[in-house]
This record gives sequence, C-alpha cells and structure tokens, in this order.
Amino acid sequence: MLARCAAALRGRTAGSLPAAARGLAASAGAAGGEQPPAAAPTSQPSSSQEDRMDFPGGSVPFTAGMDWHGGAFAPRAPLPCYRTIDAAGREVPDAAIPHPLPRETAVRMYETMVRLQTVDVLFYEAQRQGRFSFYMTSSGEEATAIGSAAALHPDDVVFSQYREQGVIMYRGFSIQNMAHQCFGNMHEQGKGRQMPIHYGSRELNFHTISSPLATQLPHAVGAAYAMKLEQRGTVAAAYFGEGAASEGDFHAALNFAATLGAPVIFVCRNNGWAISTPASDQYRGDGIAGRGPAYGIATLRVDGGDTRAVYNATAEARRIALEQQAPVLLEAMSYRSGHHSTSDDSSRYRAAEEMRAWRARDPVSRFQRWLVDQGWWDDAADTAARQAARREVIQALEAAQRAPKPPLSTMFEDVYARMPPHLEAQRAEVLAHVAAHPDACPADIPVK
Amino acid sequence: MALRRLALSGAAALRTSQGHAAALGPQLLRTYASTQMTVRDALNSAMDEEMARDDSVFIMGEEVAEYQGAYKITRGLLQKYGPKRVKDTPITEAGFTGIGVGAAFAGLRPIVEFMTFNFSMQAIDQIVNSAAKHHYMSAGQVTCPVVFRGANGAAAGVAAQHSQCFAAWYASVPGLKVVAPYDAEDSRGLLKAAIRDPDPVVVLENEILYGESFPIDEAALDKDFTVPIGKAKVMRSGSDVTLVAFGKMVGYCLKAAELLEQEGVSAEVLNLRSLKPIDRDAIAASVRKTHRVVSVEEGWPQHGVGSEIMAIAIEECFDDLDAPPERVTGAEVPMPYAQNLEAAALPQVDHVVATVKRMMNK
Repeated sequence: MLARCAAALRGRTAGSLPAAARGLAASAGAAGGEQPPAAAPTSQPSSSQEDRMDFPGGSVPFTAGMDWHGGAFAPRAPLPCYRTIDAAGREVPDAAIPHPLPRETAVRMYETMVRLQTVDVLFYEAQRQGRFSFYMTSSGEEATAIGSAAALHPDDVVFSQYREQGVIMYRGFSIQNMAHQCFGNMHEQGKGRQMPIHYGSRELNFHTISSPLATQLPHAVGAAYAMKLEQRGTVAAAYFGEGAASEGDFHAALNFAATLGAPVIFVCRNNGWAISTPASDQYRGDGIAGRGPAYGIATLRVDGGDTRAVYNATAEARRIALEQQAPVLLEAMSYRSGHHSTSDDSSRYRAAEEMRAWRARDPVSRFQRWLVDQGWWDDAADTAARQAARREVIQALEAAQRAPKPPLSTMFEDVYARMPPHLEAQRAEVLAHVAAHPDACPADIPVK
Repeated sequence: MALRRLALSGAAALRTSQGHAAALGPQLLRTYASTQMTVRDALNSAMDEEMARDDSVFIMGEEVAEYQGAYKITRGLLQKYGPKRVKDTPITEAGFTGIGVGAAFAGLRPIVEFMTFNFSMQAIDQIVNSAAKHHYMSAGQVTCPVVFRGANGAAAGVAAQHSQCFAAWYASVPGLKVVAPYDAEDSRGLLKAAIRDPDPVVVLENEILYGESFPIDEAALDKDFTVPIGKAKVMRSGSDVTLVAFGKMVGYCLKAAELLEQEGVSAEVLNLRSLKPIDRDAIAASVRKTHRVVSVEEGWPQHGVGSEIMAIAIEECFDDLDAPPERVTGAEVPMPYAQNLEAAALPQVDHVVATVKRMMNK
C-alpha cells in the first residue's frame, strides 16, 4: 500500500516544477497544489533506495549530518519585499513589471484611493460625533486594497476581512451605499443586519464580512474549489491581517487550498499591529510569507504601500492560480496608520515617532508622485478630485442619516430561504402587539 | 424534578434496563412493508441518489473516500462519483467545514461528514457563525445549502468525548435546520430533503442505529421520496400519554408503549424527526388528545430538547394537561466508560415506563 502510494506520487512529480512567477522573485514551493512538497530536484541523481527515503508524502534525501533548521539554529535571510516605486514615489529601476499599468486604470485606481481616504476621514468623524456606532479606517493600507482590487476580474469572488473597503469601492460600491450601510437604514442592501463597515454585495462578488477572524479563509478555499470543479476560469481572493493569520482557520485554509489545488489568492495585509499587539508578538519566523512555501504554496512578499507592485503581484498571482489551479500567498507589508477602530486609541501603545515615519511613506502620496512623473496627473486634478469626493461623502452621510430605518417585519426575513411557520407566527405576534399597543414600538422603527 | 425522582426510584429499574435495551430492534415494529433496510443503507442510498440527481452535490470529510467512511456510510460512492466529488480531507474539522460552507456560498451542495458530531465542536464557529448566519447577514443574497451529517448521541463504550448529544446545541441556532432520523424511512427521507434544502441542515444520525434493519415501504424507496423538514410523525397512536422522542429514543418509546399496553396504558409515540423547526402543532395536538406528556432524550436535562417540549406543552395546552409534563433524560454528567455507569447515565425503557406509571398513579 505504502509502496503503491509512493510510486504514484513519484509519477505525479515527474518532470520539473511549473515555472514560478516569471520576472518576479516568487518563492514557489510546489506551486501546482497537488504536488507533494518534498519533490526531488531534477538536478539530483535519480533516486535509489540508498540515498533517498520514499514515503506517502513524497521523497526526501538522506544525510549523515545533523543539520538543524529554523529557530535559533539557522536564522535565514527574510524573503525579500518586491517593489517598483520607492518610499518617495520614484520609479525603481529595472523592477519586474509583467503587467504594465494602463493610464486609464492607474488614474481610476488613484481616484478611488482619494475617495477612500475621504470616506475614511469623514466617516470616522461622523462616528466620533455619535452618528453611528463603529468605524474602522484603512489609512496606510490603501495601496494594498486598491492595487489588488484592480488586478482582479469582476467575476473573481472576494472574501475580505474588515479593512478592505477599498476593494469593494473599486468594484463599484458607491459612497452612498457605504453611508447607508453604516447608518443601517432602509436603503441599505444588507437590510441593516450587519455592523458598520461590514459591506457586502452579491452583484459585485464581494461577500459580506465575517467578524470572527479568518473564517473567510476556508470559505474562499471552498468557493475556489467550486470554481475549479465547474471550470469557471475565476479565482477567489481572500484578505486578512497578520493577526488573523494566527487563527486555526488560516492553517486550515492554506493546507486545504494546497491539497485541493484551489485557485485562491491569499492577500495578507501585514500592517504591523493587531489592535495593540505588535507583529513581533504575533509570530516567530519570517512573517506570514515565510509560511507559504512550507504549505507548498507559491508565495511573494510585496511592498503593501506600492500600488503598482501590489497590482503586478496580484495580477501575476491570478495568472499562477488559474494556470496551475493552485493557491498563491501574498504578504503585503504595510502599516496601520490609524487606530484599530473607533473603540481604540493607538497612541497609548505605540510610539509617535513610528507613526510619523510611516505616514511619511504614505502610499497614496507615493502613487500620486509616480502618476505625476508619468504625466498622468497634476495638482489641479488632485484638488478637484478631493473636493468632489468631500462633497459626495458629506451629501451621502446626510442622505443616509435622514433615511428611515428598516421596517420591523424585515427582522424576521432571510433567517431561512423560506420563512418557516414558527418565524411567521413570531412576526405576526409582534406586528399584532405593536398594532394593539402603538406606544410599545419606538418611533424610529417603521411598522409594517 | 423528573430526574431527581428517577434517581430516587431508578435503581430498581436500572437493574433490568440493559436487557430491554439489548432486545430493542426492528422486530418490535409492526408494519406491513415487505422490504427491510438498514439505516446505513438508507443513508447511503439517499446520498447516492442525490449525487446522481444533482452534479453540484459532493461529499467531504475524514475517511469518506478510500476508506468509505468510518462507519461505511459512503460505501461505493468514490467508485461511482470519483475523487473530485467524494473528497478525503486533511484532519481539520474547522477546515473542511469552512470549505464546505464556502463551496455552498459558491453554489455547490456539499455534504460534510463528521466522523462523529463530537468532533464538530472543533468546527462549531463555522456552523453557527458562518453557515447559519450568512443568508441573514447578506440580506438573503447568498444561500448556504450545506449538509452537516454524522453520528450523534451516545455510542457504546467510548466514554465522555465520543458519547454525547448535541441536538439542543444546534437546535437553538436560528438559521440552522436540524433533523434526527430514527428508522430507514426517516434516514432516506430526511437526508434527501436536507440535501435538496436551500438552508444549512444538521443531520444527527446515531451510530448504534446504523446497523439496524427496519421495514420500509415501497414509496420510501422512490428516488424522489423526501420527508418534509419540520414535521413530526405519530409512530403509534394512543390516548393516555404522549411520549415525545427523536432518533434512537423513538425505539425506546415504542418498546415502552408495548410494555405500558400490557398494563392498560395507551401511549402515543411521537417521532419528532425535525428538531428545528420543531413541530409545535403535532406536539400540541397529541397532548390535547392524551392530556399527558413525557419527553425522552439521551442528552443532558438542562436546556435540553425535553425542556423545549415541556415549554411547548405548557405554552400551547396548559389547560389540557392532567399531570405535570416530565422529562426522561441522560444524567447530567460526562459519559462514564464503565459499562454499569454508562447504562446508569442513559435513559432506559424502564425509566420511561416507570415515569408514565407514576404519572398515571399506577
């Protein structure tokens, strides 16, 4: 039995590994998801029972030496971080650009970043004014959201965490829709069910947010497996932070994605902080990217503040995922410039100097500088874009706040695909009670 | 209350209870059907037919493919439908549960097998927070037609972490449907209904019943036979007391009813079949007829399924009751391994008989 398995596995790994990301420093473990990680390099002499151990999981060489790996024994150089635009916004010479950014796309990306920044600033203020309960900004990480979103196809399905509002914006979710969602009013597409910033839209192939961290990662793998079975030619994109990568669901998702050969792109936003826990307390080893090859997953570390690098990395990851029907892991190195949420004051636990240093590398400014250098953008366009965004956000907040809340009866809808009798009875009882006692229902809840 | 009474009066009953448990079997069921079928074959044929009917149905879990299931429920399916639709997974309950949920979001109809529901605790976040709520949280935009199935409840000789009932846990969650088949007809009809259902359905099977044969009607062998989720079934009509149970305890109630008949007590046996939605109307109709109700379950008493049946009886037909409703449940302790203690921790047929006789002042 074991011998048969080993023989079958050797048969599957015959030949060289598929080429990794051409032109990029991709660290491809076994990029084809169904190949065992311990495949024999083709440069080695052919395996024999003397110098290799064949086992159901692959084939490994013997050694007479006792070479420890990892931990304090062999500190490895970290995986390098791919970038195309430096901290000041200047083009990095000789950078690998397998997917040049068209002007029109680049400008749309930047305009969306401006709108995202404006939404974050004004929605945050609106929450502080008590107009709704909660908000989270994505400042410092705009390039990761927009750069990756622009490289995906609209038919690709996104499973995001809660700090990727830029992705759904780029896909076409309007600022008015965002405002309706945060106020939970009757126009809200989610019927006022989810807490603020938990956006979702079936039309835009963006799943509503799951608050328990990392649960979306196995979902993305399952959706990607469905795409594979039905040969849809699309990928799932799963977003998460470096803190969420400590959850068991992260391990489950990566291991399953590799073994199923699921076309999923994992985009980790390593922003340095999980609420007050710095990344240095979150893991040992080489961050999140360091884990990818161990799962047999093609991996790339990318400068999460470099919009063009994130775009290229994601576009290449998508090509790899589709061609090889296998997962890809990106670790976007960035910085959470804002607080974790409106329930947090990060000045209590991190140094002002650190925050200032990162803000000097603001990803939106970097991309703007690069656009200006291309001759695609200027100060006048920037001022106009920011003024227009500000007007749009203010109007959206006012309209959303004025709109009535969802009617009482909707509370019972969508628990099941068809309302079962016990919920019909409970809804009827509530409506009858409110009809008999109008004072029992708060004035801001429409009864119907 | 009922438990305390049982604890006081139960010692004598326990001495004879194991004999009755061993004697339980399909021979006790009087029907006119000609065909016999095991619960295992019923579940297996249900999945086979649904996979043939709908390409989007697939099975995943530990040991479901090459090994044909830890309890052989997926026997032959790998050979018939191939490794893409019958998928052995790495050993991560939270992983394959979450992948099943994601595949359901994407339009497939996954059947996720837990080797037993004891291990579903490692995945309960995916079931409760994702599968059950996503339709609601997405305002009806995304459905999650996934089936979670496997052995639930007490097994034999496998102690605290392999022998417990999660019916009350899952049946408390809005967005989940929960069914618990007893015989071959239930197993076929409920599992096929679960696979076709647009919502996530938890199918609580029973390991000890897998090998039991039951008579099954020709109609229940039809490839389009389903049992409606949310409807209970009167297994035996009676006029003095209603015994309400699900899964394996339905068999115990049928046996108890036979014994009670010999004592001149006419017991009606209601097989819940579905725990969520629960058939309030059927419970109330039966209690209005018999004026007495006893619930029987293997699970723990506090916040148990029996507690819900008591509440339904009191809310729906308080004035019809001639005696306080009572529960017969498992003891409120983790399952012990020692054979005598294991038996003592579980409801036995004699407990049901003793409870009814006391209730009837006999």
